[in-house]
Amino acid sequence: MSGVRLLVGTRKGAFVIESDGTRDAWRVSQPLFGGWELYHLKGSPVDPNRIWASQSSGWFGQQVQRSDDGGKTWAPVGNLFAYEGATGTHQWYDGTPHPWEFKRVWHLEPSLDDPDTVFAGVEDAALFLSTDGGASWAELSGLRTHGSGSAWAPGAGGMCLHTILIDPTDAERMFVAISAAGCFRTDDGGRSWRPITKGLSSEFLPDPTAEIGHCVHRIALHASRPATLYMQKHWDVMRSDDAGEHWREVSGNLPTDFGFCIDVHAHEPETVYVVPITSDSLHYPPEGKLRVYRSRTGGDEWEPLTKGLPQQDCYVNVLRDAMCVDALEPCGVYFGTTGGQVYGSRDGGDSWTAIAHDLPAVMSVEVQALP
Amino acid sequence: MIRVQLPYHLRTLARVGGEVMVAVDEPVTTRAVLDALEQAHPVLRGAIRDHGTLARRPFVRFYACGEDFSLESPDVALPAAVSRGEEPFLVVGAIAGG
Repeated sequence: MSGVRLLVGTRKGAFVIESDGTRDAWRVSQPLFGGWELYHLKGSPVDPNRIWASQSSGWFGQQVQRSDDGGKTWAPVGNLFAYEGATGTHQWYDGTPHPWEFKRVWHLEPSLDDPDTVFAGVEDAALFLSTDGGASWAELSGLRTHGSGSAWAPGAGGMCLHTILIDPTDAERMFVAISAAGCFRTDDGGRSWRPITKGLSSEFLPDPTAEIGHCVHRIALHASRPATLYMQKHWDVMRSDDAGEHWREVSGNLPTDFGFCIDVHAHEPETVYVVPITSDSLHYPPEGKLRVYRSRTGGDEWEPLTKGLPQQDCYVNVLRDAMCVDALEPCGVYFGTTGGQVYGSRDGGDSWTAIAHDLPAVMSVEVQALP
Repeated sequence: MIRVQLPYHLRTLARVGGEVMVAVDEPVTTRAVLDALEQAHPVLRGAIRDHGTLARRPFVRFYACGEDFSLESPDVALPAAVSRGEEPFLVVGAIAGG
């Protein structure tokens, strides 16, 4: 193991933070793309030196940047995200029809086996694919047009496709999550999709158990058991053991089951991490204590992890793409906050250290264990 | 040559220092200047105007010789001082916090 690289996206630029394999001392880069919003950066699992970055601005729109040398240099690639065909309308916050408009890329998910192939989840919600190293993007329109699109609605952050999970055992199967539409699955490589929301309940909906309209904040899976999915919903932590066909609540003894991020231990498929947030109205931890909660039973039973984390006067949030795990032994766990801290644990969450203290608000954290 | 001044974030995106010089045939219009600018710096496509419609992005404004051309037709001729290269065409990020 030569090192570990964190890719941190913030409201005002990106940072590459590196350590050797001990994960003891970290070096924080100068800001990349300073002043721009970096919703997400992620490296290719095939070629870790190939990194994708979503760079956006309310003034100047969307850019996608690509590095082929581990983040030392970057070049812009294609930034034309054109929906296929007539876009129609989705629901606005008040239920009225609203035209579909591209705003930004929330999430970039590199292919598991081809460094030139990458998926992009965008706002207004849709899934795009590039197979030419980012030069061009084509919509996988079967998702947006499968029939429920007119009932999708934005969450507070916008109507975003924010999570893309590729089944490592079946290249034809993928899962995506959209706020606030729900969770969807394809079994044919993205050509056709269907909602997988049975068992979800959302009190803000006229029909709480409706198929469409759930504000799914994040889903996660373990590569060894891809039919088991974990979900942090607007409220409720959920689990499915049949690839999303049915969900059950596993919030258990969490102090609150509202939150944004969720992730799974790299080596233990029943070990799950969340960061409880007070409520949908109060986006900060309960009691001013920043606590990661870990379940070693696949949910229901949770323990607070506090060693090294602020336990008073802490009122930050941890956003949906801002938690990740590395594949080292013991498993490393990382998360970033809207207060600009990046915390890391090199013992599976038992203890934490602040890797960076004063970055801009962190939107995403991804980690690469470098060979 | 037409002188174009870009805001900080577009200068860093296009990796240019001060003003950008572009060659534009008469009549010199906002559309012609931006076409030439995007031809010389393709990364700016979509950053000033919408990719498909070429409509000005909402938070971008165009100034020249103390006048605001943001709401003018992109085919209106810019002032002669711009076409002579005496004054720059300004692409400006609308004022806002952040």
